[in-house]
Amino acid sequence: MSQASPSAWARWWDSDLVHSFRHSPTAVVAALLALACVLAAVLAPWIAPHNPFDLATLELADSRLPPAWSAEGNPKYWLGTDDQGRDILSALMFGARISLLVGLSSVALSVLLGVSLGLWAGFWGGKWDALIMRTCDVMLSFPAILVALLIAGVGRALFPQAHEALAFGVLIASITLTGWVQYARTVRGSTLVERHKEYVQAARVTGVSPARIMRRHVLPNVMGPVLVLATIQVATAIITEATLSFLGVGAPPTSPSLGTLIRVGNDYLFSGEWWITIFPGLMLVLISLSVNLLGDWLRDALNPRLQ
Amino acid sequence: MDLPHTAPLLEVKDLVVEFPSRRGVLRALDGVSFSVAAGEVLGVVGESGAGKSLTGASIIGLLEPPGRIASGGIWFDGQRIDNLDPEGLRRLRGRHIGAIFQDPLTSLNPLYSVGQQLVETIQAHLPVSAHEARERAVALLQETGIAAARERLDHYPHQFSGGMRQRVVIALALAAEPRLIVADEPTTALDVSVQAQIIGLLKRLCRERGAAVVLITHDMGVIAETCDRVAVMYAGRVAEIGPVDAIIHRSAHPYSAGLMASIPDIDGDDERLHQIDGSMPRLNAIPSGCAYHPRCAHALPRCTQQRPELQSVGQGLAACWLIDAAAPAHALVGAVQTRSERVAPLARAMAGVPAARSLVQANTAAAHSGPIAAPNTPISDTAGDVGQPDTSASAAGLQPTTPLVQVRDLARHFDVSAPWLNRVLERQPRQWLHAVDGVDFAIPRGQTMALVGESGCGKSTVARLLVGLYQPSRGQVQFDGQDAHAAFAGRDALALRRRIQMIFQDPYASLNPRWTVGDVVAEPLLEHGLAPSRAAAQDAVVGLLQSVGLGSADLGKYPHQFSGGQRQRISIARALATAPEFLVCDEPTSALDVSVQAQVLNLMGDLQRARGLTYLFISHNLAVVRHVSDQVGVMYLGRLVEVAPTRRLFAQPRHPYTRMLIDAIPRMRDHGRERTPVQGEVPNPLQPPTGCSFHPRCPWADARCRSERPVLQTIDGVQVACHAVQEGRPL
Repeated sequence: MSQASPSAWARWWDSDLVHSFRHSPTAVVAALLALACVLAAVLAPWIAPHNPFDLATLELADSRLPPAWSAEGNPKYWLGTDDQGRDILSALMFGARISLLVGLSSVALSVLLGVSLGLWAGFWGGKWDALIMRTCDVMLSFPAILVALLIAGVGRALFPQAHEALAFGVLIASITLTGWVQYARTVRGSTLVERHKEYVQAARVTGVSPARIMRRHVLPNVMGPVLVLATIQVATAIITEATLSFLGVGAPPTSPSLGTLIRVGNDYLFSGEWWITIFPGLMLVLISLSVNLLGDWLRDALNPRLQ
Repeated sequence: MDLPHTAPLLEVKDLVVEFPSRRGVLRALDGVSFSVAAGEVLGVVGESGAGKSLTGASIIGLLEPPGRIASGGIWFDGQRIDNLDPEGLRRLRGRHIGAIFQDPLTSLNPLYSVGQQLVETIQAHLPVSAHEARERAVALLQETGIAAARERLDHYPHQFSGGMRQRVVIALALAAEPRLIVADEPTTALDVSVQAQIIGLLKRLCRERGAAVVLITHDMGVIAETCDRVAVMYAGRVAEIGPVDAIIHRSAHPYSAGLMASIPDIDGDDERLHQIDGSMPRLNAIPSGCAYHPRCAHALPRCTQQRPELQSVGQGLAACWLIDAAAPAHALVGAVQTRSERVAPLARAMAGVPAARSLVQANTAAAHSGPIAAPNTPISDTAGDVGQPDTSASAAGLQPTTPLVQVRDLARHFDVSAPWLNRVLERQPRQWLHAVDGVDFAIPRGQTMALVGESGCGKSTVARLLVGLYQPSRGQVQFDGQDAHAAFAGRDALALRRRIQMIFQDPYASLNPRWTVGDVVAEPLLEHGLAPSRAAAQDAVVGLLQSVGLGSADLGKYPHQFSGGQRQRISIARALATAPEFLVCDEPTSALDVSVQAQVLNLMGDLQRARGLTYLFISHNLAVVRHVSDQVGVMYLGRLVEVAPTRRLFAQPRHPYTRMLIDAIPRMRDHGRERTPVQGEVPNPLQPPTGCSFHPRCPWADARCRSERPVLQTIDGVQVACHAVQEGRPL
């Protein structure tokens, strides 16, 4: 080769996927929004104006103040305060932190569980396939929230003095156990197709063990749809967590998530103090929407038939 | 031009088709011009990427966006048709121009019966009542040779076999009596014997109706049999156009000449195929001037700068500067009778070009001296002794060494029964598919055995049985004296796998699209412990890639960056990584273009001679088999019907099926010859005929053939399974 080949960074920047991203206004805006929310959540302890959990800094006199731009607002609290004097903006950022944490970790665990089971079912077929797919069918016939409620409720019953970490564990487990099914089915379908392809047969002829074939040959080729599903499922997981928290079986009250904030604020909605519930709601919508739009773009970009 | 005074039916002038993409505009067709007279058959031939399918699509107006006609025009019967509005196109298609596509399965709507589709087409274009349309449909089906047409009118496409579906598609195309038919690879997806029937049908029907045909294909044999004139396309341009006879025997363009010479001919007997080095340029890298000049041995300086226009030469036109210059284009490609005579002048002229063969041998030697030497097989004295005919294992006394591969009564069946519940409720019996039903053969070390047969005969299953991808239901495979399948199941499976490797048919699916080429070739080395780490294997990988004609620059590339032929080379490099003794090649060149096929076959031949490899070569293409194999086994419905040394099989085929197979191949030499193609189609493997499975199609079948299954017997040095031959009946 006479000319120096472009660097890995340059090739990635010029690749079809990144090119499609750069030329899709929706994707870019959605990505920026999602990034902003994530950064706000991650850096909350450092950039939040107040610490809503430090009881010493709360002033009851400042409770139920409307947002700063309205008449009775206080510029110290940009989005107003709730019934205990906590700054809504800070509570938003810490709440988003919890929501994102739960959402991302439950999706990660779902992917791990679902992809492994799907690969196993698709590769071996026969009884394993039947067993795993029937389990999926059963799980899909229950509404996800119901199952999550069940698991959360059972968890609480088993561990009545559950401290925070365990409560979060139960919450993440409940969302994971309802979310893995779609990955398993998708991956199983793709594995069934890839298994018969000649590069897999070539690996078998070479003598590669089935486990290595699954991991190194088949897995990279079936991950595409999983990526799309996972992106969209982050939004669903966050909303599920918010629903569970709203129903009272989610995040513990000491570290409220967005759902808890919405629930707390709900009681004050009809007395005219709308900001306590609307702003957390808007934040939730923002996160879900941007992640969903990103997932939509990714699905179209990865679909070879739409090129 | 040699056209009569009447205006041509179809005229294409300077057609330019472009595809805007984000990397610029790609010109897929660059100034294509030709014409078709009423009632004549024009063949359009070229390799993949030449633009022949696009030409056909442009004529019917089925160009897929973002492709568009950028300039030039198409005239049909004096009227311009490339810029019609959708309604005009709709009225044109079907009524005036009909189309036949490659895959009959997807050309028919699976949800509607054949009759409904025919009637719909007829009524769309002709003012007839539903009843009359139905009668016409029945008549059409009868004309295309479908038995019991009236009953079959209400059947669905999936109830027809491949060949019959293509007949239905032909009936559909002719339903509204168009004057021009565009046929895009109509027989490529069909078996050889069915192909012969369909070509004959197309020819006859078009002649009877006076319809002109534009026949697009890559198969020169089909062109030789059916067409009056042929256009050879290269890189989106017409290289040469003229009468079929002139193009085949006296082509004026170096590409046409090279193409004709590299086609394996059933009657020729050269060991090494003539090959054109390099490959067709990609659309975004078309050379300046003449697109063929990088591969042309006679390129003049003018060829690199100025693009040649079509000029009159002999009875046709060719786009080549050699015609202008006093340079002896005609002397190079003068009138010849045999293919070797045709090749010789070209070979002499190309003497200056370093032969790819010596390059391969040099690289192979370099690879051998690397860390991964091939000590397993000494170059035995049978390697290179290609002409030795006696290979029958039963003549044990004549065989000095045991054969490398010995197969005895090998069989494999698959359970294709309906699920248990369905069987119980509907009282259906279990169904078994006997894919391989008792196969015996032996392959001596260093030789190539070919297995030929049509689709469904079980040859691919035999291949997979030999490499251990399937377990046999019955019978034994002996490799170098030991039971292969016992070894595959045992602890030493890896050692045996090192000695047996496989090359697959589909170059696009046989390499993992997410792995780099270097990783793909290194995997066997790492798996068998021949190299301690990926980095240590690098040298060996580079050596392997060089031995197949690639280089170290290709290590980090992905398979999609290579062409089909190059991918097949990578597969060969991967197969050779463990220095195997036995290679099973499952149709390795079926998916490749003719000139690329020649390169890959020559490469495989060189590697065999250099390393003493033994091949089992599976193919449906008898002409290719003629060139590469020492002995041939013909399979039909899971059984071997004839096994013979190659030369004897082709000179004197014994079994009726072999004779018909050889006869069914379209020959380039037989321009305009009428043949009687073999009747019928391969029966459903789930319900094979009793006795000899070929008897429904055999003109010499008698009562014994219908009841008793023939066994392979050695007669006069060849093995045949046929009662008529064994009884000595005159055939």
